[in-house]
Amino acid sequence: MSEISLTVNGRRVSASVEDRTLLVHFLREHLGLTGTHVGCDTSQCGACVVHVDGKAMKSCSMLAAQASGSDVITIEGIANGGDLHPVQAAFKEHHGLQCGFCTPGMIMTTVDMIARHPEGLDEATVREELEGNICRCTGYHNIVKAVLAASKTMSKASKGKAKKAA
Amino acid sequence: MYSVSYHRAASVAEAAKLAKGEAKLVSGGMTLIPAMKTRLAAPSDLVDISRIDALKGIKVSGKTVTIGAGTTHYEVATSDKLAKVCPALSHLASMIGDPAVRHRGTIGGSIANNDPAADYPSAMLALGATIVTNKREIAADKFFKVLFETALKEGEIVTSVTFTAPAKAAYEKFRNPASRYAIVGVFVAKGAGGVRVAVTGAGDDGVFRSKELEAALAKQFDAAALASAKVPAKTLMSDMHASADYRAHLIVVMTRRAVAAANA
Ligand SMILES: Cc1cc2nc3c(=O)[nH]c(=O)nc-3n(C[C@H](O)[C@H](O)[C@H](O)COP(=O)(O)OP(=O)(O)OC[C@H]3O[C@@H](n4cnc5c(N)ncnc54)[C@H](O)[C@@H]3O)c2cc1C
Ligand code: FES
Ligand code: FES
Repeated sequence: MSEISLTVNGRRVSASVEDRTLLVHFLREHLGLTGTHVGCDTSQCGACVVHVDGKAMKSCSMLAAQASGSDVITIEGIANGGDLHPVQAAFKEHHGLQCGFCTPGMIMTTVDMIARHPEGLDEATVREELEGNICRCTGYHNIVKAVLAASKTMSKASKGKAKKAA
Repeated sequence: MYSVSYHRAASVAEAAKLAKGEAKLVSGGMTLIPAMKTRLAAPSDLVDISRIDALKGIKVSGKTVTIGAGTTHYEVATSDKLAKVCPALSHLASMIGDPAVRHRGTIGGSIANNDPAADYPSAMLALGATIVTNKREIAADKFFKVLFETALKEGEIVTSVTFTAPAKAAYEKFRNPASRYAIVGVFVAKGAGGVRVAVTGAGDDGVFRSKELEAALAKQFDAAALASAKVPAKTLMSDMHASADYRAHLIVVMTRRAVAAANA
């Protein structure tokens, strides 16, 4: 067993887990955060993407023990109370989902992608960046639309903030 | 997943002590953890080296580049220092897997694993890199043995890789459209030691240097020098993705593209 201690969505959690426990199982089964999904056994689908210390990672491919000491954000941790995160709002607005199974991973990947591309995104970059997220329903078209829209809103919002601050 | 005992090593010395018998090192875990989930690997213990600071970071002094074994693909892809002296390697790292894989996977793990379709081994061979371990220094030419086998001994830990930045270099990867691993990847480098051409994804025994293409390019480092170049198919892989003949042809095409990119 491993004694682990980490922050999940801003809350400190400590637990005793079997060493082999994957981070995704810790989140879902120990913490009840079932928004993070498992879609494959091969580390390819991205349904399990969360942020660990500010970077998108596949929680099915790391142990909970490896994340001890880290800061983890899941899909449950990005909305601001009742207000959807701009990426969530864009997926809703542009019908970036059908069954919704891939959506938590898509959204966590998108939040990370937008943060790494403050200069903005184009369609080719979005498609390349979504390499590690598989969707069986949408054909990606509306997902790409949603990502591009969210990237625009978020860069406007941050420019607005910068103006206010100045 | 099978039961396993997890240890987080605070130093290379501690990791070396723990990495005995059926124990395995885990760095980014992007190869090992998936292999454990599908039970292709079943180590008794995992020795986590990913939090050892001494294994991290990129140093460039003059033309000498040193990359810590624990440096992630993302860090290699986005290092400004590295992009100035060897953009071909940054480009290679930016094409490995997907963003989440690049955030965790490391150069040390990739070369220690020596997957026949991994990208980094071709760069190490073409750049004439030296693989530094906790015990010794090994030339890339002697490091990569056969599929999934290297010169590493039990408990030996790669600590860094080091090479002299080449005058010109480029990497061209023909990706499998589903897995995005290389069906053929070619790293071409022209440096003080001459022209080196290393091929991944295609060899029966894993990564290799193409003597034929090196000889043609030594005369003239130009895509035109490869107009009638041929690579023998008999030591190449044939699988559901591509036949050996197809790969032989693709190696020349990718080399031509790489040389053009290196000269651009
Ligand atoms: C979806 C997906 C797509 C991928 N696509 C690509 C691709 O296109 N191209 C590509 O090249 N790779 C690809 N990979 C593999 C990826 O690059 C891995 O990161 C890499 O192969 C292994 O690095 P790691 O740090 O994750 O190693 P780990 O998985 O931690 O370890 C791999 C092996 O190396 C050993 N090891 C690790 N570090 C050291 C060390 N310092 N010294 C000695 N031994 C060590 C371990 O014991 C283990 O046997 C992909 C992986 C995934 C999951
Ligand atoms: S569940 Fe993690 S990549 Fe598929
Ligand atoms: S919406 Fe169903 S898998 Fe993407």
